Amino acid sequence: MAAQDDIRTAGTDNMSTDTFIKGLWKENPVFVQVLGMCPVLAVSNTAENALAMGLATTFVLVMSNMLVSSLRNFIPKQVRIASYILIIATFVTIIDYAIQAISVELHKSLGAFISLIVVNCLILSRAEAFASKNGVIASLLDALGMGFGFVIGLFSLGAVREILGNGTFFGMGLFPNGFQSWIVMILPAGGFFTLALWLLLFNIWKEKRKPA
Amino acid sequence: MRNTTLHISTSPHIRDGITTRVIMRNVVWALLPVAGFAVYAFGINAFLVIVTAVASCVLTEYILCRWSGKAATIGDWSAVITGLLLGLTLPPIFPLWMTFVGGVLAIGVGKFAFGGIGYNVFNPALVGRAILQAAFPVAITTWYPSFLEGRFSEISSSVLAFPFMEPTVDVVTGATPLSAFKFEGVQAASSDLALGLISGSAGETCAVIILLGGLYLAIRKMMNWRIPVAILLTVFVFNGALWLVDSTVYPSPLFALFSGGLMLGAVFMATDMVASPLTSRGVVVYGVFIGIMVVVIRTWGGLPEGVMYAILLANAVSPHIDKRFQNRVYGTTKTVAL
Amino acid sequence: MNTATTIPSESQASSSKMLVAMVGIGTLCALLIALVYEGTFDRIAHLRAEALEAAVFRVLPGTSTTIVFALTSSGTFELAEEGADRVVYAGYNDQGALTGVAVEAAGQGYAGIINILVGYDPATETVVGFYVLQSNETPGLGDKIEKDEKFLANFSGLDVSLENSQLKNRVVPVKSGTKANPWEVEAITGATISSRAIAEIIDTGVGEMIPLIHKHQQVFQKMN
Repeated sequence: MAAQDDIRTAGTDNMSTDTFIKGLWKENPVFVQVLGMCPVLAVSNTAENALAMGLATTFVLVMSNMLVSSLRNFIPKQVRIASYILIIATFVTIIDYAIQAISVELHKSLGAFISLIVVNCLILSRAEAFASKNGVIASLLDALGMGFGFVIGLFSLGAVREILGNGTFFGMGLFPNGFQSWIVMILPAGGFFTLALWLLLFNIWKEKRKPA
Repeated sequence: MRNTTLHISTSPHIRDGITTRVIMRNVVWALLPVAGFAVYAFGINAFLVIVTAVASCVLTEYILCRWSGKAATIGDWSAVITGLLLGLTLPPIFPLWMTFVGGVLAIGVGKFAFGGIGYNVFNPALVGRAILQAAFPVAITTWYPSFLEGRFSEISSSVLAFPFMEPTVDVVTGATPLSAFKFEGVQAASSDLALGLISGSAGETCAVIILLGGLYLAIRKMMNWRIPVAILLTVFVFNGALWLVDSTVYPSPLFALFSGGLMLGAVFMATDMVASPLTSRGVVVYGVFIGIMVVVIRTWGGLPEGVMYAILLANAVSPHIDKRFQNRVYGTTKTVAL
Repeated sequence: MNTATTIPSESQASSSKMLVAMVGIGTLCALLIALVYEGTFDRIAHLRAEALEAAVFRVLPGTSTTIVFALTSSGTFELAEEGADRVVYAGYNDQGALTGVAVEAAGQGYAGIINILVGYDPATETVVGFYVLQSNETPGLGDKIEKDEKFLANFSGLDVSLENSQLKNRVVPVKSGTKANPWEVEAITGATISSRAIAEIIDTGVGEMIPLIHKHQQVFQKMN
């Protein structure tokens, strides 16, 4: 598998830019790896929610990747998953408090999905597949790349859903009065439709780029 | 030695002369009187909605066939049927741009995403309508009374709403018999329902014409008559039982039969050849399932009408029905077959 | 070359090493959480109280301060202590006069439970304000109950006067444009189910609380 090869070669020589870039595009967590679908579908109903969720996930991803990486020689193999979950849960709790302290409104609209970052398989998979085998700097870059890739994915969905479903972008009206909003887009079903659309576009684009 | 190609295919190996094209054309014949009555009852608005639906379905089918490099399947009339059915399930003053979107979604999502004709899991027209219902719940429940004066000369501003703009409703709207019953407890006369003297979506009004169309197709063996019979009987019996328990809370079985989209759904939509089961036993189970779901959604659900969701659900389970109720393979015993 | 062979086979770590690792990480995590909790506690509590106060101010026009009361098991009210359930919020204006009592209530809407806050004025025996605290009603349709001005107008002066410790007239939903009496709630066209739900929540949920508040209204007055 291409992904696994990259993981092993990354972090060795001058691969650090690639470590960062691959998460954004080639191994984008949403469009290529299709990981962490629960928040992607559930909290992408507006651009703002999507961005906040993406950044919260990125924070947890960066912090846990760095801590896992720096503790990688200390954690025995048998208890590594338990240790990772403990570390991830800690940072999720921290970001949960932080968001509450920033805005009660925002915390209400993100709701249970903040706590559910714990079970976002993207974070555990980066801890297991990358951070536990690479240095702190490489892990930081990997987490940043994957995190921003996740933000891009969430934001692509959130923007489409908010513009069509509400006629606004970051709460600003885009259309003249009387715009007919596509209510399905802000409902859960709209998340599935929009994700399917983006995956379709992504795959068409990949097919086109493939040398014949 | 002759140079021939050996064709290997699964059953059926014996075909009669009727092609998809002929069947589909006949379904169109059977649907035309229904559409005709819709235009007669609701006037020029209904005509525009139906024509737009058909045009957008055919156009989408044409473009997607070109794109995917498949042989064009326009000639087989199936897109026309999807368009007609979609148009008939919409309110007569539904904005044309939404109708167009519905047609594109019906063919694009309901049919081509699954692989085109013969592969659709769900009835494409209902997929289109279900998405429209979720996207534009207000417009799709804005009903319009039938047999208004001036219905042939005045085009409603709602129909001509500018694309992506909210429609403005300039006419008196009317509640459908089902929502009137659900929210106000008023039960319309069954004879009015059967003859279509009520408001509702374009094609769900005149039960008699729908039944005649169904009868024509059944006699020509172009439709599985067991499906509508099973659905209608189930609704009649189930609703009748409820009515006998408490006739003040539950509507009469005749009202249940003739109101809403039940007739159109049972005769023309549940009978979609691809999305319904294959065996006679399976088909009966499928029909009973739809009938029960219709009554359950209407009686205990939040929405006044449930035919669309009942049929879509049944479409989803129909492969499983097929699996469970297979015909016994000729020459084997019962235990082997199951 | 495959993944399985590249992972070096480690010797079994001793259980003491595992224990040390887990306890170490656990302690570190606990420390981090405790620090953040301490650091954000005041601000979170402040924001929460602010959000609730803002809601109370909305349903009780003219309010500038609120005091929380709890319903006791004997059916009277007293100053609420930390963590009390079944609370009401009394609102006072600048002069310290009672502007009304805000009551929370909940009930089944079209999509899930709707939580509302209702302002009740014991002096005029009317509902003076209404605010949706939380709902999952369909956006653009059922959530009109939060925004539709005509619908919200129902709740400034909704008659909930009492007779024999019961609502004299039950709060009932009526079709749009047919409101004839001050105790009727005019439903929103196209959001019938959600509008009815609100009327029912007020009728049953708030209607249960109103006689008690009315009976003990001196309690609220006395506090100031």
